Amino acid sequence: MANRLVVDPVTRIEGHLRIEAEVKDGKIVDAFSSGTMVRGFEQILKGRDPRDAWAFTERACGVCTTVHALASVRTVEDALGITVPPAAELVRNLMFCAQYLQDHVIHFYHLHALDWVDVVNALKADPKQTSEIAQKISHWPKSSVGYFTDVQKRLAAFANSGQLGIFANGYWGHPAYKLPAEVNLLAVAHYLEALEWQKEIVKVHAIFGGKNPHPNYLVGGVPCSFNLDEANAINAERLGYVASLFDQAIQFVEQVYIPDLMAIAPLYTDWAAVGGGLSNYLCYGDLPVNGYRDPASFKFARGAILDRDLSKVHEVDDKDPAQVQEQIAHSWYEYSGGDQAGLHPWVGETNLKYSGPKPPYDQLDVEKKYSWLKTPRWKDHPMEVGPLARMLVSYAAGRQDVKETVDWALKTLGVPVTALFSTLGRTAARGLETKLVGQWSKEFLASLMDAAKKGDARTFEPSKWDPATWPSEAKGVGMSEAPRGALAHWIVIKGGKIDNYQLVVPSTWNASPRDSKGQRSAYEQALIGTPVHDQKMPIELLRTIHSFDPCIACAVHLYDEEGKTVHQLRVL
Amino acid sequence: MADRPTLWEQMQQKHYSRRDFLEFCTWIAAASGLSSSLVPGVAQALETKPRLPVVWFHFQECTCCSESFIRSSHPVVADILLDKISLDYTQTLQAAAGEAAEAALTETMRKYPGQYLMLVEGAIPTADDGIHCCINGRTALSIAKEAAAHAKAVVAWGSCASNGCIQAAKPNPTGAQPIHKVISGVPIVRVPGCPPVGEVMAGTVVHLLAFDRLPDLDGLGRPRAFYSRRVHDTCYRRANYDAGLFVETFDDQGARAGHCLYKMGCKGPVTYNACGVTRWNGGTSYPIQSGHGCIGCAEESFWDNGPFYKHLPSFPGFAIEHTADQIGLTAAAATVVGVAAHATLTQVRKSAVIKEHRAESRPADETKENR
Repeated sequence: MANRLVVDPVTRIEGHLRIEAEVKDGKIVDAFSSGTMVRGFEQILKGRDPRDAWAFTERACGVCTTVHALASVRTVEDALGITVPPAAELVRNLMFCAQYLQDHVIHFYHLHALDWVDVVNALKADPKQTSEIAQKISHWPKSSVGYFTDVQKRLAAFANSGQLGIFANGYWGHPAYKLPAEVNLLAVAHYLEALEWQKEIVKVHAIFGGKNPHPNYLVGGVPCSFNLDEANAINAERLGYVASLFDQAIQFVEQVYIPDLMAIAPLYTDWAAVGGGLSNYLCYGDLPVNGYRDPASFKFARGAILDRDLSKVHEVDDKDPAQVQEQIAHSWYEYSGGDQAGLHPWVGETNLKYSGPKPPYDQLDVEKKYSWLKTPRWKDHPMEVGPLARMLVSYAAGRQDVKETVDWALKTLGVPVTALFSTLGRTAARGLETKLVGQWSKEFLASLMDAAKKGDARTFEPSKWDPATWPSEAKGVGMSEAPRGALAHWIVIKGGKIDNYQLVVPSTWNASPRDSKGQRSAYEQALIGTPVHDQKMPIELLRTIHSFDPCIACAVHLYDEEGKTVHQLRVL
Repeated sequence: MADRPTLWEQMQQKHYSRRDFLEFCTWIAAASGLSSSLVPGVAQALETKPRLPVVWFHFQECTCCSESFIRSSHPVVADILLDKISLDYTQTLQAAAGEAAEAALTETMRKYPGQYLMLVEGAIPTADDGIHCCINGRTALSIAKEAAAHAKAVVAWGSCASNGCIQAAKPNPTGAQPIHKVISGVPIVRVPGCPPVGEVMAGTVVHLLAFDRLPDLDGLGRPRAFYSRRVHDTCYRRANYDAGLFVETFDDQGARAGHCLYKMGCKGPVTYNACGVTRWNGGTSYPIQSGHGCIGCAEESFWDNGPFYKHLPSFPGFAIEHTADQIGLTAAAATVVGVAAHATLTQVRKSAVIKEHRAESRPADETKENR
């Protein structure tokens, strides 16, 4: 007989996620993923100025800040036929790169590492051996015996205070922790260093967008201007600042993050056979080299992979009403045409309709509706999105730099390409793309410097700024790759106002409940087969869930009132 | 409480020097708007106060406040997050999940009644008995009420907890409310902004830590140190406003010369925040410096005060001949409504400051700029 394991709140994520799992003979045999918070974003967007939408949607998430703003300005630009100047595209790319560098490092050290690293065990380490390991795997200068001795003393003082703060009630001493004490100490030192460092790279957002979190974007370009002869604009000092921030970030990624990842992974290779989940992957692609309208130029390739067949990349079109659809068979909404239907976002409906148990509750009724997330499908297939999907699609599309990086990691770890379809593969893919993004940032910065040098650094296309120049009705889609995966926004503009605005975000793809056919989405499928040694300490469940980097606030809020209104009009 | 080490003891254990410690105290004093003569008092307070238990709640939010908090630039402040306070419950960084995480929260509330600090990130949905935000099967509404009943004080992080923010924007589908609308009987400090500046957040916490009392608050419950000046009054582009030099279109010659963004919809004249003084991300920049107007994110209902790119005189309630300063005055006066008498004094003083500025500046010709 299976036991029900409930984890709520799932911590070290963004947002409110609840997992209910059936455990039998020490393994998860079934799982249910529920988003337990909703805000009603799209209802709020209706009737607003489309040029303001980026600011509203950016507030979908403060962890992957910027990504919704980028998708939003692209959506409006697509609807209105605006092409942004090349320098603005480069600034957007650099902000994109800064976001990945910061977000993935934070995820690895502060959200995911404690699943693999036993903080308390680090107290037993020999700092001399930690120093030897550190110097063997990297040139990072903070690697002396004295340095690790100090970190250990700091940790001991903390533990002895009796107040463990964020480490209180952790699963320390759990047999699933496999790292030697010395590697645990190394990771604890880098946890603290990463917390200090992460606030630096986001200064790129402050330089171009005024602040972080939630920097400013602009329909038609970017708000900052270039003027090499002016203190009040992007000049040589600002560009030099950006360059040094990226240099530091690349150094941190290549000398700390990647070596740590490659040092920890070999001790957890059993996790290359756990948590694979779905066999379909979707990536919209991003980082345009030749403008957003030329997807073939994107650094991350666009496409879909089905049944783990890396010999074929399927074309993806978000304007095709038959491709992306959202379902609500197990979500707390209702559709006018019946809850079994799937609707393309341009014709979507929203009626929040809670039908779960009355709080306080112990269990959700998973046979019925159990989440505020809707369930998106691509041609009826459940798809995994995120770093693994991005690496796989670009790998399958034959992108040389991606292929070289992935092959290097597989060779170093001595595992076949199939090892990628796993919890460990997902975590490794995130590290590898961070390394690539660091390298690409230098190319984008060089191009931007070149544009500035030639005096060709226009940052705004003004021709369609005035709503008087807009058609009476327009529709658009904006696609991007958020750190957590494929992201798209859909807009319908009527009479200069937002008539319909919808977002289908990465964690909706991954964390959604079952669809009308009973097919599981990525989290639920990946948990099947995950071991659970002790239900009181569900660390293995957290490993698989955290490998996706959950971000739930964006995922729940779906849909506009528009569908409902249309339906009412029909009724009338 | 005696088993909790003081901040100074903690710093000694981490090999900070006495000089580091005093520099830190000076910074706190400066960040809290105190004169240098009070620095020894800060130092003494931090030497003798035990670590404060803190619980951090996430309700209807996007976690931008947590992210902003960890961006705070002072290195010792970054350390405070981990171990100068005892952060016993936070869904963002906590190692434990589910049952074990909830146990840590219950333990702190049981062990330190009336002594723990409650930090709230996010608004609280009240429609349909609060079912739009549940944690561990309980509504945010019931969790907030229970935790607040025995908290020493509550800090409302950001515009969500302070003002309701985006989920409370029209039509407010989930009945989202700021924290002060759903709890009572406990002191509340409101730190609005979307998010607030990281250093403002850290400054507010260290003030509570150093002095064991609330900072001076204005009539809206905001720390005066950070919310007593309009972005417009501390704007480094203010001289351009006074001289009538405006950006007319993004990336025009004016934009490239750093002219005033008033006509691009800048809400600096009606927004009280510290952006122009502290700037963002360790003083790197702030929205206006990077070419975009202020969107007024620290003000109540700012999402419904747009559109963002429409300039202020064309707003309902303001005739076109109104200047930025007159609009600011009206906004300041509006905030007075409904607040306690002692707080009104603050606003009167604020109005006097604004009047001074108005007398000093020569507003641009508003009728010409109205499009």
